[in-house]
Amino acid sequence: MISLLQEAAHTAAEHTESVASSVAHGETETATGLPQLDLTSFGNQIFWLVVAMVVLYWIVAKVALPRIGAVLSDRQGAITGDLMAAEEFKLKAREAEAAYDKALADARAEAGKIVAANRAEIQKELDAAIAHADAEIAARATESERRIREIRDSADNDAREVARDVTAELVRAFGGVVDQAAVDQAVDSRMKGTLQ
Amino acid sequence: MEGNIGELGQYIGVGLTAIGMGGAAIGVGNVAGNFLSGALRNPSAAASQTATLFIGMAFAEALGIFSFLVALLLMFAV
Amino acid sequence: MATEAHGEATGLSFHPMDQFIVRPLFSDGPVHWYTPTNVTLWLFAIVLATLALLVLGTRGRAIVPNRSQSMAEMSYGMIHKMVGDIAGKDGLKYFPYIMTLFMFVLFANFLGLLPMAFTVTSHIAVTGFLALAVFLTVTVIGFVKNGAHFLDLFWVRSAPLAIRPVLAVIEVISYFVRPLSLSIRLAGNMIAGHAVIKVFAGFAALILINPGLGALVTPVSILAVVGMYAFEILVAFIQAYVFTILTCVYLKDALHPSH
Repeated sequence: MISLLQEAAHTAAEHTESVASSVAHGETETATGLPQLDLTSFGNQIFWLVVAMVVLYWIVAKVALPRIGAVLSDRQGAITGDLMAAEEFKLKAREAEAAYDKALADARAEAGKIVAANRAEIQKELDAAIAHADAEIAARATESERRIREIRDSADNDAREVARDVTAELVRAFGGVVDQAAVDQAVDSRMKGTLQ
Repeated sequence: MEGNIGELGQYIGVGLTAIGMGGAAIGVGNVAGNFLSGALRNPSAAASQTATLFIGMAFAEALGIFSFLVALLLMFAV
Repeated sequence: MATEAHGEATGLSFHPMDQFIVRPLFSDGPVHWYTPTNVTLWLFAIVLATLALLVLGTRGRAIVPNRSQSMAEMSYGMIHKMVGDIAGKDGLKYFPYIMTLFMFVLFANFLGLLPMAFTVTSHIAVTGFLALAVFLTVTVIGFVKNGAHFLDLFWVRSAPLAIRPVLAVIEVISYFVRPLSLSIRLAGNMIAGHAVIKVFAGFAALILINPGLGALVTPVSILAVVGMYAFEILVAFIQAYVFTILTCVYLKDALHPSH
């Protein structure tokens, strides 16, 4: 295969040379033979190819790739950093939520306590008021009872006086001699059963 | 066409090499078609095999390019 | 020969291979090894294009990339992943070399598609040199890393003993065909695509010579040029990709020769 290629290239080179000479003689330029197999240009192409590849390699390997790699890893770092920050924020939010819940529960408990205290105070006041009212009522009741008793006692005495007087008069009317002490005793013994 | 018999044979040979390109076309079509039928059966595995697809197509196509090269050699270098 | 005959017969002139001629830039003299030629011009256009994409494009070093920077990062990521996936972690040491190869072949193919441009990678001298460089580098790496174990690549232990010598012969041949197929695949693709575009472009001029027939042929051939051009853009990328991926595969064979 290689020898075939070389042979082909030789013939092509001959063709090109003849073309070159014909161009020099002022004829129209037409390429016979494949330009790719023109061995005379191989050295030139390979020389410039090596120069270009060295330059290109230097640009790609020393300038472009480190820069792009740095940019990509920076971005990766930024993304990971952002994700971590987000995770942190999430954690903080969770903590804040827990704190809020706790505060809420505390507030509820406090409120319950206050309500209970208020209730107890009110109860106390109420009890005091009731007791006061009871005492007043009791005082008034005893006062009333006392008055009733006084009234009853005075009524009793009055009735006794009347009964003594009436009895003494009756005895006098029947012509007896009034023995005041015996009258009193009789009236008292009679009234004992009736007035109580 | 008052060329000599050798030139006639050369042109016929160049024409015959075109058959080789037809063969390469069949080969490339085979690779692509089989890849497609496999990819439709299992689409999730298709993306990971595109590299293999291109390698297979390149190998099939290279032989067609060889026949093209033979045509060029016959045409210009013989 | 053929082109001349056709040109005289129909009045059209086809020179599909003229675009590949190496010409001196400043004179009409012979091409010496040091003469600046159109090859030189386009080689340095490739270097400048790479510089523009990879260095100027990333000069912002932004955390949130702009368009050119994300293109540069995309190509970096693509080749980095390719080397890592195929050649393995220890292959990443050779990432700059492979990136250089990829950027060179990619921009050579793309810039060659510009009108009036010269396609550097359409020359066997260039692709053959690149492929031989890859072949020799990989072989040297294989022997340095693995010593004589590198020859395990040719001695297929998973096969029955009887057919191993036959397989060894085949493996050796296929190993030495690698640089040839690598270079001819790339150059052949580039030559074929550009030549086909040139042939269609030649047909497009028919309307100037034969308006009747040309009215039919010229629009079709212009459409064909457009279609081929689009296809060639795809091919330009795929061939750069394939060249790179095969380099990675060869590198993997050198680093891990056992099957």
